[in-house]
Amino acid sequence: MAAAGAIVAATIDHTGAHLEPGITTAELDRIADRFIRSHGGVPTSLGYRGYPAAICISPNDVVVHGIPGGHVVAEGDLVTIDVGVTLDGYIADSAYTFAVGEIDDEAQRLLDVGRDALAAGIAQARAGNRVGDISAAVQRHVEEHGFAVVRSLVGHGVGRSYHEDPHIPNFGDPGRGPSLSEGMTIAIEPMITAGAPDVYVADDDWTIATDDGSLSCHFEHTVAITAEGPRILTASRDREPSLLS
Amino acid sequence: MAVKEEKIEVEGEVVEALPSTMFRVQLDGGHAVLATISGKMRKHYIRILPGDRVKVELSPYDLNRGRITYRHR
Repeated sequence: MAAAGAIVAATIDHTGAHLEPGITTAELDRIADRFIRSHGGVPTSLGYRGYPAAICISPNDVVVHGIPGGHVVAEGDLVTIDVGVTLDGYIADSAYTFAVGEIDDEAQRLLDVGRDALAAGIAQARAGNRVGDISAAVQRHVEEHGFAVVRSLVGHGVGRSYHEDPHIPNFGDPGRGPSLSEGMTIAIEPMITAGAPDVYVADDDWTIATDDGSLSCHFEHTVAITAEGPRILTASRDREPSLLS
Repeated sequence: MAVKEEKIEVEGEVVEALPSTMFRVQLDGGHAVLATISGKMRKHYIRILPGDRVKVELSPYDLNRGRITYRHR
């Protein structure tokens, strides 16, 4: 899984590097697909429950599952790239929200809070804790800074399947929920909005966007719970050097 | 890719219209919830008024908030 995770991290780095005003999300999807395959992996999302593309690209008010297509990336966009890679039967899943060019202070704050919320959740991913400890840590951090946590989408176990038990909400009470134990591999993915937490599914039956049109961000890592603590399998030295132990 | 939580669909009657296109809906089951209008309904400019019977989606994790997804004739 660590090998799959390395490809995921590198794919996000690579695709993110191509983010510039003028490029279409369809082009970015092609770039990601080529990259994943050239490293021996298979894009997990392609064909998953009928999903039509290799990765999810979700701009601005789109929270998750944005289908790559004609959207032209523009200066000031917040674009989330969500990649899943299958390698030798194992799956890793990660996501990152990039800023395209200059963005305003509030948007920057949203990104910083999202990244830190994920870190806060990961810190709770230890044997002996419960899923609720992760959920509460994420929720507390996000709401302390005045943003909202999406309720209807959750993190999940991951391994030989894309989505496994347990569900890992980004809100909840500490000390509740399934216990975490050594050897578990989970995807923690805070999805937060600058306005209300409500979202809706668009007519394409995939794209999920904020009801009130507010900006959203999404950060995700696949984490293994080891005896030494949480081990992030999808960490990127380029994007988040501080997360590498 | 994130996992969509299973949602619960319920019916109710709109009790009052609140600011920011929020509505208080009295569900048939007894609870009153705070609900927003779904994006699909906004897109088609469907109006909702107190007294309307509507379909509401609830997340199992937050039973006090809902989303109005359909307005009955």
